[in-house]
Amino acid sequence: MKPNEIFKELKVHFGEEITELVENPSSDTYISVKPEKIDEICRFLRDNDAFKFDFLTLLSGLDLKEKLGIVYHLYSMELKHRLVLKTEVPKDSPNLPSLVRVWRTADWHEREAFDMFGINFQGHHNLIRILCPYDWEGYPLRKDYKEPEEYHGNRVPY
Amino acid sequence: MSEKKYIDIEFSQLDSERMRLFMGPQHPSTHGVLQLEVELDGEIVTDLIPHIGYLHRCFEKHAENMTYPQIIPYIDRLDYISSMNNELPYVMGLEKMLDIQVSEKVEYIRVIFSELNRIANHQIAIATFGLDSGAFTPFLYYFRDREMILTIFEKASGGRLLYNYFWVGGLAADVHPTFKEDITEAIRIIRDTNAEILNLLLKNKIFIDRTANVGILPADIAISYGVTGPILRASGIPLDLRKAEPYSIYERFDFDIPVGNGEVGTVGDCWDRNIVRFREMEESCKIIEQALKTFPSQGDVRENVPKRIRLPKGEIYCKAENPKGELGFYIISDGKDKPERVKVRAPSFVNLSALPEMSRGYMFADLVMILGSVDIVLGEVDR
Repeated sequence: MKPNEIFKELKVHFGEEITELVENPSSDTYISVKPEKIDEICRFLRDNDAFKFDFLTLLSGLDLKEKLGIVYHLYSMELKHRLVLKTEVPKDSPNLPSLVRVWRTADWHEREAFDMFGINFQGHHNLIRILCPYDWEGYPLRKDYKEPEEYHGNRVPY
Repeated sequence: MSEKKYIDIEFSQLDSERMRLFMGPQHPSTHGVLQLEVELDGEIVTDLIPHIGYLHRCFEKHAENMTYPQIIPYIDRLDYISSMNNELPYVMGLEKMLDIQVSEKVEYIRVIFSELNRIANHQIAIATFGLDSGAFTPFLYYFRDREMILTIFEKASGGRLLYNYFWVGGLAADVHPTFKEDITEAIRIIRDTNAEILNLLLKNKIFIDRTANVGILPADIAISYGVTGPILRASGIPLDLRKAEPYSIYERFDFDIPVGNGEVGTVGDCWDRNIVRFREMEESCKIIEQALKTFPSQGDVRENVPKRIRLPKGEIYCKAENPKGELGFYIISDGKDKPERVKVRAPSFVNLSALPEMSRGYMFADLVMILGSVDIVLGEVDR
């Protein structure tokens, strides 16, 4: 199934939640959605027989200057098609529903996005840092991140 | 002569406390700096929490401050035992965005070297797994053979482990004159050793007893956890990107995808994961043989290498079948010579997240086997 067909189908079911279909010749096509009901949209994409997106390949966080972005790369084992979903949350309240109950692989991916960007996935059972030390301060992949001078009395060499 | 005494033990009366044990980060069987927090009931694993990040160097932040070709050496260091495979999706993605066609010769060398590196990776995986289970000899045999593959890479690229060989639009250097003979000889020896290892290790009664029916991962849970590579195929799902979405010139070659079928135990146990890796080595040998037959020896491997790389605005997700699973790079460009964002889909990271699911309910000694069968590289988990 092509992304534009999936877009039409999603528009029928979710209406205003689905914002736009972005097509660009030199890059991947993606569907832009609002963050509030992302878990319902993903559950629909997983369970509907026309899509069967049973595989979350990648979940990445982005820094879009004023906002934070979250990108979902989906894949269907059976129908062998892919889809990219993109959503945005404001930097001062980066909240959106967690997808742990849709795909279990979202657990570690969401913890990484929280660790690196400070995105708060509501409903995640264990949203703690994963790659940085548990008591690290700041979100390293944000563009305005300042490296700390020292950590536990040791100088940070970068 | 004293009278013989018998001590009565009522086994159900023995204390079996619940306890929390920390394994690693310096434990020899964690294959690197990984800490496992294990909750035990007697000797049974009831819960497991992996603590990762000891090797974290924030590759993604570094990548934002480097030009596109400068990132390639860092990509070598993600999964440092299959560096050739790591470079492939990255350069393919950039070539797609820049609209560069690479020559036939370059594609052939890339496929041959990727498959050779896949063999080297699986040799390490099975060798160290054998070491975990107490078999020392296969380790020596496989490391002796792997040396030949590393020598071929060294002659071509100058590096033994970290190559920086696949460049955008071509290769760093042409292959050496005795390339074909070296590889033919290497494959002959790899096959001889594999025939020996099959009887020595994989069909060994002790090995089967330790690995069959241990660490079973059912297919639906594997998919939900996003597991890819030999672990997913051992659970019975024949997903291989080389066949499912052929890239480079893989559709020209005839090869099979081995899947686990529970020959000695249950589908998706530790033995299945190892036999899948073992059979993939033979499939890689088949691909290399076919590629060597039609290998075009004429041509310049650097004719399409651009002087300066400046990507158009846009984004791409490029992926390839790494020895450990689906390795993907999500590259976002804003039109400068440095990327706006590079996100890595590291197969080891995702596969490791399914470890608690695989090991719950097994003995503590089995945990070492289960972790070994996942075949992780911490350089890629922590990035």
